[in-house]
Amino acid sequence: MAGENVKRRFEYERFGPLIALAILFVVSAIASPYFLQTQNLLNILRQVSYTGIIALGMTFVIISGGIDLSVGSMVALVGGVVILALNWLLTVFGEGGEAWAILFALIIGLLFGAGLGALNGLMVTIGKIAPFIATLGTMAIFRSMALYIGSAGVFRSESNLFPDLGMGNVLGIPNPVVVFISLAVIFAIILNKTRYGRYLCAVGSNPKVAKYSAIKVNLTRFISYVAVGITVGFSAVFLSARLNSMSSTNGGLNYELDAIAAVIIGGTPMTGGAGSIFGTVIGAITLGIINNMLNMLGVSPYLQGTVKGVVIIGAVLIQRKRSQ
Amino acid sequence: MGEVLIETKGISKEFSGVRVLDNIDIGIERGEIFGIIGENGAGKSTLVKILSGIYTPTEGKIFFEGKEVEIKDPLHAKMIGISIIPQEFNLINELSVYENIFLGSEITRKGFLNTREMKRRTISLLEELKKSIDPEEKIERLSVAQKQMVEIAKAIAYDSKLLIMDEPTTVLTLNEIEILFDLMRSLKERGVTIIYISHKLKEVRKICDRVMVLRDGQMISVSQTGEVDEEEMAKRMVGRELSQIFPDKVSPSDEVVFEVENLTINGLLENISFGLREGEILGFAGLVGAGRTELAEAIIGIRKRDSGKISIKGKPVEIKSPNDAVKNKIAYLSEDRQGSGILTSFDLIKNTTLISLPAYSKILINSKKEREKTKKYVDKFNIRAASLKTRLEFFSGGNQQKVSLAKSLDPEPEIFIFDEPTRGIDVNAKREIYRFMNELVNEGVSCILISSELEEIIGMCNRVVVMKEGRITGILEGEHINEEEIMLHATGLKGVA
Repeated sequence: MAGENVKRRFEYERFGPLIALAILFVVSAIASPYFLQTQNLLNILRQVSYTGIIALGMTFVIISGGIDLSVGSMVALVGGVVILALNWLLTVFGEGGEAWAILFALIIGLLFGAGLGALNGLMVTIGKIAPFIATLGTMAIFRSMALYIGSAGVFRSESNLFPDLGMGNVLGIPNPVVVFISLAVIFAIILNKTRYGRYLCAVGSNPKVAKYSAIKVNLTRFISYVAVGITVGFSAVFLSARLNSMSSTNGGLNYELDAIAAVIIGGTPMTGGAGSIFGTVIGAITLGIINNMLNMLGVSPYLQGTVKGVVIIGAVLIQRKRSQ
Repeated sequence: MGEVLIETKGISKEFSGVRVLDNIDIGIERGEIFGIIGENGAGKSTLVKILSGIYTPTEGKIFFEGKEVEIKDPLHAKMIGISIIPQEFNLINELSVYENIFLGSEITRKGFLNTREMKRRTISLLEELKKSIDPEEKIERLSVAQKQMVEIAKAIAYDSKLLIMDEPTTVLTLNEIEILFDLMRSLKERGVTIIYISHKLKEVRKICDRVMVLRDGQMISVSQTGEVDEEEMAKRMVGRELSQIFPDKVSPSDEVVFEVENLTINGLLENISFGLREGEILGFAGLVGAGRTELAEAIIGIRKRDSGKISIKGKPVEIKSPNDAVKNKIAYLSEDRQGSGILTSFDLIKNTTLISLPAYSKILINSKKEREKTKKYVDKFNIRAASLKTRLEFFSGGNQQKVSLAKSLDPEPEIFIFDEPTRGIDVNAKREIYRFMNELVNEGVSCILISSELEEIIGMCNRVVVMKEGRITGILEGEHINEEEIMLHATGLKGVA
């Protein structure tokens, strides 16, 4: 009966963000001759990878029916702690062990990110605090902790090797982009091919049905916050490596907005229950291209936020039209 | 009487080229109660949605009070005097009774809400319905029957001439149904026309003046209800002779496989003890609020028990969550299909394997195995689906219920608790579910059947536990399983109350 229409709509839903990106890509290529240069394209990818990585975890949280506003502050706090840990590890491992020190600092960053995510997860599940409120609270707390520990200044690394992690590349592709793409593949597999991914959608779609279906609703939600914490860990490590420092005031500022925007533009509904990692990657790249184009065309940086806002609202409008 | 209020001429409706309603001609008189019966998918809802302005017909004309009308949307329908009491109520839980009744047409004075006038009118409306509900009470604190009354009051407040009731009695107790029927009769006396849609043929016969049978979008017959009995109605609905609706009962073994002792939830359940034999169907009867669903939820670990012991095959088991219940091979088919049974946004496959997913995955989900298993259930239960990837929101109630069954069955339970398994589904789907229960007990699965339909309890069960206000008032066997005995125990006139 209505089957055919449904199918057609579903396909459109899936490829809508991709089509939008393709159009944007063509328009950009025509508008600026520099756009298609490899270096520029790689730059765009590198720029979006820091918030893009976080957007992967954010996709999980949003599918589960939650939200995490604390990720930006978390970047500053985790980045700061990573640099402090690295400086200490350098003295522990000595001259020859700098690579080891960096590896351990990376692991500490991931674990610390996971821990902060777990804190959010506990408040939302055991504490039964609305995710918006809980993470609004930790957003303030994490930033304040970063400012306090860093005396409102910049955490500076004493390593000479650390920037190589941030600036380096694999076969010409910048390291953070490699991490972004690898994580995207892993998250997509988890979401689409594993039990956890299925449970995540079920919990976000209808937690009561999920509970009656013998799914551990709280555990499923908790893990999504830990996952976003881990992605923040990756992002914070590669960001601080690139700058060989982390600012306690500006580090990760407004990252939560870009991460959430990428998820929404990618077609994952704010109400949860379904979502797409592929869409989120497309969403992140779309945001990056918009920024890049506005810069190239010489649009005032103060106006860039307006364009971004219009794109987000437009994406949601189109989605709502489709679901009607 | 005699004056035609609403008339349709050649109404048809197509969805993507498929004709779901074909050439319907009806004329309904002022003050008539007009029944519409038919199986799921027969076109009842489509017809109702056309009359209430939700769908526009592909072909045909509608005449209301002698004039041709084009019903644009539900608001327009309301304005000309057509109101619908939907199955799922459109009330806002957080608002009070009077706020709901006047929602969207608030009475104002100089731009401010005139609450006093609205309350006064609400009281007089409810008085007309012979109902005493506090106009300031919040909707969430009302019983289902009271909510329905508020819906009806809302319709009357709009001065409706035609009231459409879609399955109004599914959520009501016997007593409440009687009250509703009284109300319908008094509305009829006031000249209000009622279209009454139901699966319950007995009720249709009792309350309706005429009844129309729909089948596959076609109008099969319109007759005076006095002229057709229930069997004839059922025959016309399915288009062939109905064989016996309940299968022959299977005798269970004597071995008790599942035992509940002194289960108590303070304020809800008191000292519930019973045993379930292997291959038995044990009925749970009682009025709404007797605590049967709460008992089921306590057994599967959704509700916390204050005390009590559960044992399977003589061994005590700890069930603290639905996960524990599944591990102990207990399945529960919820009475609230959409609220706690299936995920409407998930497709057929993902719903079917939701509980048993661990059996389909080591690290990655084996989607081929999932698909094959789902196909088996589609054949077994005769599930009508466009494809295995169709989302359940596009399924009819009966088909959703079958998916819900498949989902509960997939973990291969040994104890199966059915909670109102046939609520709101048609005769044919009911029969299929009864046959399936019979198959289960033949395979040695032990079943608990919670039902408010006495016929079902009497037709299916080997023994019947009757509950009243959280206690067991009797366990009936053999010839004692009859309507009278069950009602006497359910109301506490007999047995230990």
